Amino acid sequence: MMTLFKKEVSLFFSSWIGVISLAVFFVAMALIVFVFPETSVLDFGYSTLDPFFNSAPYVLLFLIPAITMRSFAEEKSNQTLELLRTKPLSLWKVILAKFASAKMVVFIALLATFCYVFVLARLAEPANNIDYGGIIGSYLGLWLLSQCFIAIGLFSSSLSNNQIVAFIVAVFLCFAMYFAFSSISNVPWLVGKSDYTIQQLGLESHYLSMSRGVVSMSDVVYFLSVIVLFWGFTYTYLKSKEV
Amino acid sequence: MSIQIEHISKLYNRQYAVKDISFSIPQGQTCGFLGPNGAGKSTTLKIITGFLQPDEGTVTVNGIRVSDQPIQAKQSIGYLAEHNPLYKEMYVREFLHFIASLHHLKSRSEAIERTIEQTGLEKESHKQIGQLSKGYQQRVGLAQALIHNPPVLILDEPLSGLDPNQLEELRELIKQLGQTKTVIFSSHILQEVEQVANRIIMIKDGVLVMDQTQQTESSAGHKTLVEFEEELSEELQQQLANIAVFEQQQSTYILKGDSADQRKQLFKFAQRHQLTLLRLEQRKEALTDIFKQKTSRLK
Repeated sequence: MMTLFKKEVSLFFSSWIGVISLAVFFVAMALIVFVFPETSVLDFGYSTLDPFFNSAPYVLLFLIPAITMRSFAEEKSNQTLELLRTKPLSLWKVILAKFASAKMVVFIALLATFCYVFVLARLAEPANNIDYGGIIGSYLGLWLLSQCFIAIGLFSSSLSNNQIVAFIVAVFLCFAMYFAFSSISNVPWLVGKSDYTIQQLGLESHYLSMSRGVVSMSDVVYFLSVIVLFWGFTYTYLKSKEV
Repeated sequence: MSIQIEHISKLYNRQYAVKDISFSIPQGQTCGFLGPNGAGKSTTLKIITGFLQPDEGTVTVNGIRVSDQPIQAKQSIGYLAEHNPLYKEMYVREFLHFIASLHHLKSRSEAIERTIEQTGLEKESHKQIGQLSKGYQQRVGLAQALIHNPPVLILDEPLSGLDPNQLEELRELIKQLGQTKTVIFSSHILQEVEQVANRIIMIKDGVLVMDQTQQTESSAGHKTLVEFEEELSEELQQQLANIAVFEQQQSTYILKGDSADQRKQLFKFAQRHQLTLLRLEQRKEALTDIFKQKTSRLK
């Protein structure tokens, strides 16, 4: 599994797409946090990274499908999945290795954004007077959200031989999992009835809850359940192709 | 038995890709898996490797049932898929190292060097796989199948699309490998199978139509061509029929026979009846003829 993980990470960074997508993420987030007037922390009256944590899911919604789109789609179109599947390596290990490698790439992307925290801490008056608890909670939420997006992206990639199709399906599913339930819960005839339950089915409400710095077990369990569910979907779909 | 296949069937959309196929291959045999395109060769080979699950039947490789212990079974199989899937952005050594790691080999460098030497990749081993010619890419595919020194080698159309020189070299390599390993390789080109394999299994429409060792096949499939200057009278034709059943093509008589050499009898026959012998030739019945017979029988 470690072998496949290393190969996936090195292949990602050996291609321009990998490096460019990470650079785009870093620059886009920097523009949102420091440059765009509506969201710039420099124009805020207090030091907060809320603009970053509010915008990050939207950027990750595109970045993660771009990272995961090739994982299975390319293996399928090049028929190298057959090569892997005829080696002494279980399908679970293949899925987990690809998941871990995408996680590693996203981790590097998020790690780079730590410099925003550093800059913010320096800008605060007095220095370091920022809500570290909230930031840690938000990062944890973002980390778990990213993993859900990765699991969804891997599943989408397993569905097609075409990377573009995999990307579009992944963006759609991530979008649906993030927004759809919150939007449905706002339908007038649901308000006051089952709107809260429906809202809880989506990723957004759990992410926003963690962004407040409150790490509840139910949120963590929810994120982990989504990850495991999409692993299961990926496994079942790929296995069905071998039968 | 190195490979044992018992009553395997595979259905795709209610159509049999493979239907009730059974055979076993002893250790050290090179078996050619022959059949026209779409006969079910690749499906059968994929089932043996554990990549596909049969709907019915069992496959045992080196005493391990593939469906029960797929990981252990895969350890004793080296497989080269039909389209030779490779990571073309990788370098040859890098790729072989990756495959060796997937097999958890301890002495990886040693295994890589051995395989590179075995497949004649020394000169190309520093190159990116995508830069190699088709013949060398095929060698890389073979190298990845050999890296863990498996007792069983499964090669799906290993010789397709190669130029005559590459073809000859790879054919020799497979022959060489067949001396120490159980090799099963598929092809729809009869001459390839004839030259490399010592046993031939032929399938058509997913059904096994022939399973013969080359020795039996060669002894059973002889025919003798005899041509006389004179036309044979009915009486002489009857006497000729006593030697063997024949069919006439103008002035040539084709005598179908078994392993016995009929040339002596035919020479004496010509001498006795004072016939002028223009041609007397014993021919091994070509695999092409058998292939045509066996595959057309099911139409």
